[in-house]
Amino acid sequence: MGLRYLHAIRAVLWKDLSAELRGREMLSAMLVFALLVILVFNFALELDAKTRANVTSGVLWVTFAFAGTLGLNRSMAMEKDRGCLDGLLLAPVDRSAIYFGKALSNLVFMLVVEAIVLPVYSLLYNTNLFNPGLILVILLGSIGYVAVGTLLAAMAVQTRTRDILLPILLFPVVIPVLIAAVKASSGFLQGIAIADIWSWLNLLIVYDVIFITVAFMVFDYIVEE
Amino acid sequence: MESKPRSLKILDAVTLILLLIATLLVFFFAPLEAVMGLVQKVFYFHVAAGWVGMLSFMIAAFAGVAYLRASHHKWDIVGLAAVEIGMVFAFINIVTGSIWARPIWNTWWTWDPRLTTATIMMLIYAAYFMLRSGIEDPDRRARFSAVYTIIGFLSVPLTFFSARLFRTIHPIVIGTNQPGAEGAFDMTGRMLATFLFGLLTFTFIFADLLWHRIRLGRLADTVEQLKMKTME
Repeated sequence: MGLRYLHAIRAVLWKDLSAELRGREMLSAMLVFALLVILVFNFALELDAKTRANVTSGVLWVTFAFAGTLGLNRSMAMEKDRGCLDGLLLAPVDRSAIYFGKALSNLVFMLVVEAIVLPVYSLLYNTNLFNPGLILVILLGSIGYVAVGTLLAAMAVQTRTRDILLPILLFPVVIPVLIAAVKASSGFLQGIAIADIWSWLNLLIVYDVIFITVAFMVFDYIVEE
Repeated sequence: MESKPRSLKILDAVTLILLLIATLLVFFFAPLEAVMGLVQKVFYFHVAAGWVGMLSFMIAAFAGVAYLRASHHKWDIVGLAAVEIGMVFAFINIVTGSIWARPIWNTWWTWDPRLTTATIMMLIYAAYFMLRSGIEDPDRRARFSAVYTIIGFLSVPLTFFSARLFRTIHPIVIGTNQPGAEGAFDMTGRMLATFLFGLLTFTFIFADLLWHRIRLGRLADTVEQLKMKTME
């Protein structure tokens, strides 16, 4: 434990990041998909100036959630397909370190996608999304999403129906995050007082803490052979 | 093959009698609600079904924890049994609620926190069945199911809480109503008695069904083992 544990987490994270830097398969897929979702919303909702003010945060979070599933599925499927998961499990480290490594790399990918989607959205729809509050919400929301998502993706890739299972498992469980994140984001974007948004932020923090803890405790059982 | 245990037969009979009495109480003992009339009688079994649904999912989550600790197959059977029963009662809860809501709220459905939570809860456990059907290895199936019941059960209160931060129109018959609740009423002594009796009855129904379902699960296991034997 201690330093060794942190090294193991860093090693898994580094492995994922450098693999992605070489191939850029996952990030490009997530990014193109995210932009496509925004494009679809543009026509589905007629995003004129008036509607936009109300639906921006909803559109953003649906986009993040969809792109996130794509990334989560890919990141775990990659481990499973090439037998990398077995290799990782053979490593003499605590297994939860593997979970944290994977979760961190998934978080990084998600944040990268979000960091690109936000300015693009601002540019396309001529709204300013650079709001420190919004960025905080995105960080908290993504942490919760990825904490549960990584765990469930590790489950989903080991099933027969793995291509379709992840969103079905993930979305009903992650709804508190989506509700709170959408509400808090639109609160910040509409300039509502922080006192009114605080309960949503609290909810996000509580969710993050609970599910990181649970995932930490049960991950062993997911990868056990 | 083992025959039905005697205590289970007794429980069957008691449950049946209780259900009969509860039904009689609802229609003949409890007074007619002054404003809503007959449709208010849905309330007794509506809340009781919701209670059994929650109880089932809670027991499934505990069975999940027990399975992960002991990895004994019986806890997987208990978990599956509880989720199956919970789905049925959660569905009864939603359907009876809609029947009541149509005349009182003037709509079959509204995105009220309780209704939203009930729906999402059913979706979680529908996903549970899909997860199970996607895994062949019984050990892995049991482990994954256990983990998912725990995660699902933990997320339900958070879903409720997040939906609750919106305003609600669902009446809270026990405890204080938020302003804006529609279709609220105060229970008289007879109503309360009927209501509590309904809760007791449904808890018996739950226990009885759970026992049957666990027994069925065991028998299915035995059949599976016999099959394997003949294949060899």
